[in-house]
Amino acid sequence: MSIAITTQIICFTVLSLIILIGALGVVLLESIVYSAFLLGGVFMSVAGLYLLLNASFVAAAQVLVYVGAVNVLIIFAIMLVNKKEDLKPINDIKSRRIISTSICITLLSLLIRVDLTNVWSLSNPQNSIGEESTIRIGEHLFSDYLLPFEVASVLLLMAMIGAIVLARRDVMSKDISTGLPVDQELIEKSSEPLLTNKN
Amino acid sequence: MEYGLDLEYSFNEFLKGFGFSSEIAHLIWLPLPMLLVLVAAVVGVLVTVWLERKISAAAQQRIGPEYAGALGVLQPIADGLKLLVKEDIIPDKADGILFTAGPILVLVPVILSWLIVPFGQNLLISNVGIGIFLWIALSSIQPIGLLMSGYASNNKYSLLGGLRAAAQSISYEIPLALSVLAIVLMTNSLSTIDIVNQQSGAGILSWNIWRQPVGFLIFWICALAECERLPFDLPEAEEELVAGYQTEYAGMKFALFYLGSYINLILSALLVSILYLGGWGFPIPVELIAKFLNLPINAPLIQVLTASIGIVMTVLKAYLLVFIAILLRWTTPRVRIDQLLDLGWKFLLPISLANLLITAGLKLAFPQFFGG
Repeated sequence: MSIAITTQIICFTVLSLIILIGALGVVLLESIVYSAFLLGGVFMSVAGLYLLLNASFVAAAQVLVYVGAVNVLIIFAIMLVNKKEDLKPINDIKSRRIISTSICITLLSLLIRVDLTNVWSLSNPQNSIGEESTIRIGEHLFSDYLLPFEVASVLLLMAMIGAIVLARRDVMSKDISTGLPVDQELIEKSSEPLLTNKN
Repeated sequence: MEYGLDLEYSFNEFLKGFGFSSEIAHLIWLPLPMLLVLVAAVVGVLVTVWLERKISAAAQQRIGPEYAGALGVLQPIADGLKLLVKEDIIPDKADGILFTAGPILVLVPVILSWLIVPFGQNLLISNVGIGIFLWIALSSIQPIGLLMSGYASNNKYSLLGGLRAAAQSISYEIPLALSVLAIVLMTNSLSTIDIVNQQSGAGILSWNIWRQPVGFLIFWICALAECERLPFDLPEAEEELVAGYQTEYAGMKFALFYLGSYINLILSALLVSILYLGGWGFPIPVELIAKFLNLPINAPLIQVLTASIGIVMTVLKAYLLVFIAILLRWTTPRVRIDQLLDLGWKFLLPISLANLLITAGLKLAFPQFFGG
């Protein structure tokens, strides 16, 4: 076995382990802050997998969009809204967990079935484009994938307008959807020290 | 490889002469450029710290460091040693794991970005196809480390500093990326080597700064904001936030932040010189001089000379920019956080979008000047 292949196998094993353990941690950990940071780690490892597949542009885009934008904003939001409140215990927590677990297992089995039935080997392995992929992605985005590309921008615009409406509630005294007075507590809330229950 | 020194090839041939296989030779070669660049980055930081102390002293009519070596050149080494042997403190109520991981996450992406900094035709660690995009992607990881250390310190000043740092770097990343995009549009490539080669036609006249003056200014302002240099050092504004996210840090962990911010400053200066000031290019093209002196461009001695000129030019341009950054730090007042965000979102973002649009239009109208 050549050195290059050994390195690839080692990288693949480490990245997959990080993704699996990290993703489990995101779901199972109690602390939401740890979950958010682990999510960043999972995104990074997925970018590493893209690199192993010779898709460096997709890997960099993954880091830029998912780690640099999505994950940073998630952490930002968690830290801005660090409100300590005693949550009411949910009565039927056990049945809820059973239902969500079974749905997840169904999805997982579906994915495994796709993985087993699909033919993964390329008809022509020499045809891989490598560094050319940046140009290819651009060509596809402006030809056969133009409509999805443009629709995605409309989606982003809608999300932006929604965010502005939510954020500028202080200029409106009434909620635009329900007509009730705006809950001013969300805008100016008393601050609590962080990590108060840590000893 | 058209021409230029190919050290990797000669090194591999040299090792093969001792009976190593080409794979082993490649393995031995791989860490060498990385180590070299790491050492260069750290030495660059030492020089910058000394410059900072001396120039700030000159700006305030003091003498500055004087006793450690001639003109105090050993002062940064003394600083580094002090930080190295200081006690490593993790505050009692802090979150130990995140507190330790924060500074690492700040430093590692900055060092990784040195992968794409070219000092000559073949003098870089890796000419990856995504080139400058790699730097933009990597620099977006940094805010996570800042938020992490701000949160884990369990101190309101640290948290505010971390939040400010993240807000600042999110807002200034966009105009930065847009001004880089205008350059990429002119080059038709993301690779830093291609970006420099595209500017090498007529020496100083073909540098991108003449074709992208607005982009140059936007990039420089955003780079200063990303490095958290004054007038944009709000995340660590002493008068308001003690020291921002660094408040609780001491010893080597603080040194990592310190190192990270200075390596980032040098990296930004290098990238400005690569994107806008012709990279390793001499103001008069070296090929023209060689032709004038009737020297063959491919002769080994000329190759070594042009490579050294390239390294000197890159470093010289970068340090001129570092000098401007230090002068700015000691002569301008700090902006307020709302002014900072206004500048980023309401001023730089529209201007960089317009710059991109105009560049695209000019490229279509004058393909010979703006890359076809």
